[in-house]
Amino acid sequence: MLGRGGLVAIAAAQSGGQQVRGMATLKTISLRLKSVKNIQKITQSMKMVSAAKYARAERDLKAARPIGEGSVTFYEKAEVQEVGEKPEKLIVALTSDRGLCGAVHTSVARQIRNELCESPDNIKVICVGDKSRAILQRLYGKNIAVVANEVGRKPPTFLDAAKIAQQITQHSFSSGKIVYNKFKSVVSYNTSELPLFSESAISAAPKLSVYDSLDADVIQSYVEFSMASLVFYAMKEGACSEQSSRMTAMDNASKNAAEMIDKLTLTFNRTRQAVITRELIEIISGAAALE
Amino acid sequence: MASFVRTSRSAMRLLSSKPGSVITKRGYADEMDFTLAAANKVFYAKANVRQVDVPSFSGAFGILPKHVPTLAVLKPGVVTVYENDGTAKKVFVSSGTVTINEDSSVQVLAEEAHAVEDLDAAAAREALNKAQSDASRASTEIEKAEAQIALEVAEALVAVAQ
Repeated sequence: MLGRGGLVAIAAAQSGGQQVRGMATLKTISLRLKSVKNIQKITQSMKMVSAAKYARAERDLKAARPIGEGSVTFYEKAEVQEVGEKPEKLIVALTSDRGLCGAVHTSVARQIRNELCESPDNIKVICVGDKSRAILQRLYGKNIAVVANEVGRKPPTFLDAAKIAQQITQHSFSSGKIVYNKFKSVVSYNTSELPLFSESAISAAPKLSVYDSLDADVIQSYVEFSMASLVFYAMKEGACSEQSSRMTAMDNASKNAAEMIDKLTLTFNRTRQAVITRELIEIISGAAALE
Repeated sequence: MASFVRTSRSAMRLLSSKPGSVITKRGYADEMDFTLAAANKVFYAKANVRQVDVPSFSGAFGILPKHVPTLAVLKPGVVTVYENDGTAKKVFVSSGTVTINEDSSVQVLAEEAHAVEDLDAAAAREALNKAQSDASRASTEIEKAEAQIALEVAEALVAVAQ
C-alpha cells in the first residue's frame, strides 16, 4: 500500500516536471544542454586518456605473460595440490582505486561475494584496490585481512606485486587464489582465478621428488619469487582490462551524451519557436482587439 | 577362429604402436623449450636454444636439453644463452628463478633483465656508490638486508659492465 502510494507520487512529480519542461523553460533547457555538452567533453577526453594508457598496458601485458605462465607451468608440472588439514582459504581480490570503468571491479567482488555467501568462515580476503574493499566491507568486513591502496593511478610494478606477495606469505592458508580480470580483447575480459600455493603445499607436491638438488632455502625463495611474479602478471592483466573497459565505458558515455544533446537541441529549438509563435499571437490578437 | 586371430593381431599391433609414439615424443625432447622473461622485457619465449648458463645461489651451471628437472634461485649476474647458430647472447639479471621441468622446458624468470651491451659502466659505478652509502647508513635489520641485496646487485653490475 505504502509502496504503491510512493509510486503514484513519483509518477505525478514526473508528469509535472514534463509539463514544466514543455513550455517556457528556454533557460533551463539551455543550461542543461550546456552541462551535457561539458560532460561529453569530459568523457571524450577521459576516453582519449584511457586509450593511451590502454596501449601501454597492453604492451606491458605482453611482456608480463611469459612470467605468469612460467609460474603456473611449474605448479602444473609438479602437480601441486592444496593441503587440506585445516580449511583456511585466502582470496586475493585484484581491483584498483578508480571507478568509471564498467563492471571490472564489481565482477571481481561479486565472484568473491558469492563464495563468502556460501561459507563465510575461514576465508580471508586481501583487497588490492579500494573498490573491492568498498563493495565487500559492508557485509563481510570481518573477512578482510589486508587492504592495499593507491592502486591503479600508475601501471603496476614488480615492487607493488612483491609487497602484496609478502602480505600473502604472512598469512597461513591451505588453499588460495587470486581473482582477477583476464584480458581478452578491447571489448571483453573474463573474470578468472589463479591458484596460490603455500610453501608447505609445494613441499608436499607429489612430483616434487623428480626435481633435483632442492633444499628448504631454495624452495622458500622460489615460492616467494613465483608468488610475486604471479601477482605481478595478474595485476598487469587486471590493469589492461580496466583501461580497455574504461575506454569502452567512456566511449559509450560520449555516445549517450551526443544522443542527449541531439534531443535537447531539438526540444530547445521547438520551445524557442513555440515562444516566438506565442508572442506573435499575443501581438496580433492584441492589435486585432484594438481595431 | 581365423577372424579372432586377425582381431587379436590387430590389437597387438595397436598395443605395440604405443611405445613407438612415446619414443618419437622423447626424440622431440632433444629440443629445449626455453623462456627467458623479466618484468621489463621478454628475451626468449619458448625458443629452441643449444645451451644456457645461469648464475645461481648454489653455483653457476649450464643447462643443455634433457637436463635433470630442478629448481634454482638466480644470483645477480649474467645469463649466457647459446643459440642454435652458435651466437652467444649475454643478459644481466638482478634476481629471479630457474625452473627446469620434466619435459625439458626451461623457464628463467627474472625481476629485471637487460642485455649486457646496454649496460652503462658509469651508471653502474654510481649505483654501487649509492648502495655502499645506503648500506653504511642502514640501522634496522630489514634495512640492512635490503641494502645488502642492493649492494650485491650493484657489485655484479659493475663487474659485468666493465
